Amino acid sequence: MRGLVTRARRLSGIVLEGVPPTGRKLVYVGLAIVIVIVFMAIAAPLIAPYSPTRASGKPLEPPSREHLLGTDRLGRDVFSRIVYGSRTVLWVVAVAVVISSSIGIPMGLISGYYGGVVDRALSMVMDAIYAFPSLVLAIALAAALGPRPENAAIAIAVVYIPTYFRMVRGQVLQLRETPFLEAARVLGIPSARIMRRHLLPHLLPTIMVVFSLSAADAVLTEAALSFLGLAVRPPTPDWGFDLYSAKGFARSAPWLIGVPGFMITILALGLALIGEGLSERVRRTR
Amino acid sequence: MGLLRYIALRASLIIPSVLILYTIAFIVLRVLPGNPVLAVLGTKNIPEEQLQAIMEELGLNKPLYVQYFEYLLNVLRGDFGTSLIIRGRSISADLADRLPATIELAIAGMFVSLLIGISTGLVAGLKRDTKIDVGLRVYGAVTYTIFIPWFGLLLQLLFALWLGLLPVSGRIDPATALEEVTGFYILDSIITRNREALVDALSHLVLPALTLGIVLSGPYTRLLRNNLVVALESNFVMAYRARGVRDHKITWHAFRNAIIPVVTYAGLQFALLLGGAVLTETTFDWPGIGTYLVEKIQYRDYPAIQAVVVVFAFAVGVVSLIVDIIYALIDPRVRY
Repeated sequence: MRGLVTRARRLSGIVLEGVPPTGRKLVYVGLAIVIVIVFMAIAAPLIAPYSPTRASGKPLEPPSREHLLGTDRLGRDVFSRIVYGSRTVLWVVAVAVVISSSIGIPMGLISGYYGGVVDRALSMVMDAIYAFPSLVLAIALAAALGPRPENAAIAIAVVYIPTYFRMVRGQVLQLRETPFLEAARVLGIPSARIMRRHLLPHLLPTIMVVFSLSAADAVLTEAALSFLGLAVRPPTPDWGFDLYSAKGFARSAPWLIGVPGFMITILALGLALIGEGLSERVRRTR
Repeated sequence: MGLLRYIALRASLIIPSVLILYTIAFIVLRVLPGNPVLAVLGTKNIPEEQLQAIMEELGLNKPLYVQYFEYLLNVLRGDFGTSLIIRGRSISADLADRLPATIELAIAGMFVSLLIGISTGLVAGLKRDTKIDVGLRVYGAVTYTIFIPWFGLLLQLLFALWLGLLPVSGRIDPATALEEVTGFYILDSIITRNREALVDALSHLVLPALTLGIVLSGPYTRLLRNNLVVALESNFVMAYRARGVRDHKITWHAFRNAIIPVVTYAGLQFALLLGGAVLTETTFDWPGIGTYLVEKIQYRDYPAIQAVVVVFAFAVGVVSLIVDIIYALIDPRVRY
């Protein structure tokens, strides 16, 4: 546990080092938003007054003291569904971002470090995917795999691999020519060790920026997939899907529209603010 | 090198990327689901001969590599095959039906986003570090993370359902008579001099275009603002000032320098625009390619989904080519 704390402290030191105060402010605001939502997901059973999947009132009740945000068309408590819905989106986004970064970063490292034909071919494929509308690709993948959260996570992960790949590869190409790397090579340090111990630490600040920005994007993609019915099956609570279900009741029950969409936007904003704040350092050192 | 040769060279560069995306679409939608006919029918039992007959009719019983090249050749001839669900229905005809609606929406959305993005970026850049600048920068960051369907539904609620100023959804009132010439309703109503239809089509377009345009305008605001700040600090502006050139002329020259990257970015944004169009169309029941895609996904009509992906890949390739050409024309530093 102690080791973990010191490691976390060292990591945050590296990440926040050189970030100007304005950038730090953005990071803290973003972190606060994300932490509140993560807490909501963890403590969902304690916060939510009712079951998210069972009716607890009459259909389409407007907000009241019993039902803070009203009820949906099946009489389920909207507030409870919002609270539990955070679990779905956070889970999908976390899995997606971990998969895509743990594939994209090593690929970018190796491709950029060694160069050659493989590098050119890989870059071409990655560029082609990167240029394509990510949402449409995710839709196609999710459609082929079937509407389940884990499939949505895979679809989103595939879409963001090129983002990591391109960023890491670009940085490696720049660093490859620097004297300290040349020195490392001359000393005969094995390539794998050079990549891990000498290149990766230099990439960390940029990786953190891309990590949070792509997570923000992934939140919107997850919401879009589930809005289109490609991420969850009813009755699973999910913000995007709840918004879609509310679409037909805009006139009679406008309270169903406001909150799920707001939650999606605010979570994406929180993650984007972290990335924006951190990127102020990257911009300055350039 | 002449401009034509430059265009030819650039055009040849988009071929591999379109091919790569075609291949990905083929793997994802033809290979991944296994047998698409069975996928569509679900777990229902079906006599073996009947299954074979359907497979043969759709060309699905041939080896995968044969299907890969046959489909590619057909696509190049503009033939996307037939639907799995509505047997015999040509997908190319469906696409031709739906494409104008999406193009109309995309152009309108692009127009709105550039209009808002450039004007806000210009103001923010000129009023640097004032409250207006900070406000507009926040606008730039926040709009980027807005969830399109939510924003669309809010606009719909306010302007259509509560205020009753604009139509709720759709592309044109079913009661409005419009003779279709090109499939682009705005263009058609102008060609046929149908004022009533023009007003109707435009009023239907306002909310979807605003939704898409506002959400995509943020990056332009930021990009133009940052470029303008750099341009206004550069040596040539100082030289102008020293010679007593008037402010609005200086602004104009700085603006011209700052706008070039925005053009390139508009090309990159096109992919986002298409993705956003899918969501906007679903929100406003806009009968374009996006709603087509969503309908086809519900029925697991794989050939149709594949066709949409391939069409989008072509569209992205062609737009990046157009951007390259515009870039070469407006930036004298690009040699061709």
